[in-house]
Formats: sequence, C-alpha cells, structure tokens
Amino acid sequence: MTQVFTPVPPGVHPSNDFAAYRSTARRAPREAPIVVPHTLSESSGPHFGAECLRPGAGDLTRAAGGTAIGQRILVHGRVTDEYGRPERHALVELWQANAAGRYRHPVDQHDAPLDAHFTGCGQVITDADGCYEFLSIEPGAYPWGNHDNAWRPKHIHFSLFGPAWASRLVTQMYFPGDPLLPLDPIFMSVADVAARARLVAAFDLARTVPDRALAYRFDIVLRGPRETPPQPHP
Amino acid sequence: MTTLTPSQTIGPYFSLGLDWPGANRLSAEGTAGVPIALEGRVVDGDGEPVPDALIEIWQADATGHYHGTADDAFRGAGRTAVAADGGFRFETIKPGAVVNGAVVHAPHINVLVFARGLLIHLHTRIYFADEALANAVDPVLTCVPEDRRATLVAAREGDVYRFDIRLQGAGETVFFDV
Repeated sequence: MTQVFTPVPPGVHPSNDFAAYRSTARRAPREAPIVVPHTLSESSGPHFGAECLRPGAGDLTRAAGGTAIGQRILVHGRVTDEYGRPERHALVELWQANAAGRYRHPVDQHDAPLDAHFTGCGQVITDADGCYEFLSIEPGAYPWGNHDNAWRPKHIHFSLFGPAWASRLVTQMYFPGDPLLPLDPIFMSVADVAARARLVAAFDLARTVPDRALAYRFDIVLRGPRETPPQPHP
Repeated sequence: MTTLTPSQTIGPYFSLGLDWPGANRLSAEGTAGVPIALEGRVVDGDGEPVPDALIEIWQADATGHYHGTADDAFRGAGRTAVAADGGFRFETIKPGAVVNGAVVHAPHINVLVFARGLLIHLHTRIYFADEALANAVDPVLTCVPEDRRATLVAAREGDVYRFDIRLQGAGETVFFDV
C-alpha cells in the first residue's frame, strides 16, 4: 500500500508493552495494532491557532497577583515536521509541577507545598517559522509509586497536533544532566538512545535573560506527509 | 535518519494543560447534519474503569468533508477527559461518507486514547451499526479480522451511539498502527 507517511523506525516511540512502567500492566493492549492504509482521515487534522489562546498563558511565572517561587526559565524551540517544514501558527499546550515537585491537581498528594502563584499550565502559539517560547519555573522532581524509591526527573509536558491526525504528539521535555534520567522507566521506555536524547532540552546561554531567567532549547519534530498533500476535494 | 521526537505518557495530571470546557460538544445550533451523541466507557484489562483517560476525536462533516477541505464552520475536532467511572460523552453530528478519489469510506469518527500507563496514544475508529453496507466495503475496516470488527462499530441506543473502549483482554478494542 502507498502510504502518506513514512513508517516510524522502531525504537523512536516507546512500546506500550513496557513492564518497567507498572501502569502499563492492565492498560497496554495485548493485540498487535493493525496496519491500515493512510486515508484522508489520517492525513487531514484539526488546526488550533491563536483563537484558542488564553491571555498570559505564555508566562507561567505569575498567577493570582503574585510571582511564583523557583528558578525562572525561558523555554524555547522550533516545531517542524520530519521533512523540516515549520509548524506555523500552531497551538502548543504545556503543564508541569511547581518548583517543589507538586502539581496543582487533586490527584497529586505528594507532601510538598503548592504555590499560590503557580498554576503550572500554559499555552503558546508557534510563529511563522515554527518557533515558540514561554517563561516558567524549573519544575521539581517528585516521588511516585512505580517502584521502591522511584522519582520522576524534572520534566515539562508538551502536547501538539501537527499537520495531520497522524502527527499528534504528547511528550515530555527533560533537563540536561539530571541524574534521575537513567533511573526513570518512562524516559528509558524510548529504546533508541539518540531518540531518547532528543527528549532532553539543551541549556542555551545565548537565550538566557540577563538578571532574570536561564534558558533551555527544546526543538520538536512531528510526523509529516512525504509530500505536500494535494487538495483532497474539488 | 529520523529526527522525530518520541512520545511520552500523558500521565495523570493532563487536565491542568488540556482541559477545554465544552470541547466534547462539536456541533452547535444550526450545524448541518443529524445530531448524535456518542457515549462509552474506557475499561482496563480487568474490566475496571479507567478514570484518567483523555479521548480526542476528529471527523468529517455531514457531507463527508474534513475541516480545511471545505468552507465549513464545523471544526470536527473534540476532546474530553473521562469521568471517574471511565465514562465519556460527545455531542456531534453524524459524519458523512468520505469520498477520496474512487474510494468511498464508510462514515466514521477517528479516535485517540491517551492515559497514564499508555506511553503512546492509541488510534481507533468509531463506525456506525446502521451503516452495514458501507462498513462491509470500507478500506480500513476490511483490514480488520472479521471476528474483531464489532469492537469498532457503535451500537445505536435511541439517539445515542454506544462505543466502549476496552484497552486490554477479552473483547479488546482494535487499535491501529498509523
């Protein structure tokens, strides 16, 4: 079958069948996924742009009339498809723990303080070249129940739609040099070492904001069609 | 050599970043087409409800055109977090058959399932039980072994189509390698 998208090489995305991450045990499908032809349903997709944006959603360092506690960071990068085409004017959604490693979420009962001035949720729109940036607080690591003395490395969750339904990506950005990375089954679920390294942001001295914020660069590459899709309908 | 960014689990706290109130209503007053509701429940390999999944859908309009391919106010995309009992509901219109060249696709709704415990989201599709003739020749549905196709077909109960998602085990929903 002629496919619109190139198959993703093995090892780039994790397999849901990954016992070291215990929550997969009763949730990962047992049957192999069925390969299907790429149709218009996969090669089209919703586009969310500036109309979705909440005011101020690109600055996570302020909330409820005050300033969040923690190390201020500027996170930026470029979103392209796998053929280098920029993902223009597109919504990027974000969420993260606060500097103490606690999410403002009722399920998170970690004994670490909430910060009244930090919600941990953000949204940004890429520009005409696919670039995005937001200001935040470096998230803390936190313990979780996966195994004895398990800790999640510091991370920020990202959600993107990309050019097509087949491009959808939810992922996590990690921080360089974090000693928890090789101990984390979620990070280590990516079998390909080079692919795993792409989940780690780069410290970016050139983009630091003097006297204000450190900077990290996290580029994101989404699936895209081999060729610019033809107009599917007359 | 690929440079793709790998997937990671959505985790248990996604509602902080991905909560769009009302995003489970795709249609509005005046949307062309037959209004329908989709209801279902996400369950795990023990048949227990999955209380922390996120469901997203993408569908054509009533004439079988996807948003961006027709001059249409109907966006065709929806999102909802499931309730504590794993239940979800979308209010939309029934999509039309999608014509792509010489190929006709049975009316269907594309579905993504995200959850803690899923390192990458799952792709599935909702077909409609009252479209048996179109379903029988659909180029995707016919890739599925006959004895598993029923997991992709929503049964009609009044004005509601019912589509349960069983992540694992007996009656496991068919998921696609896209």
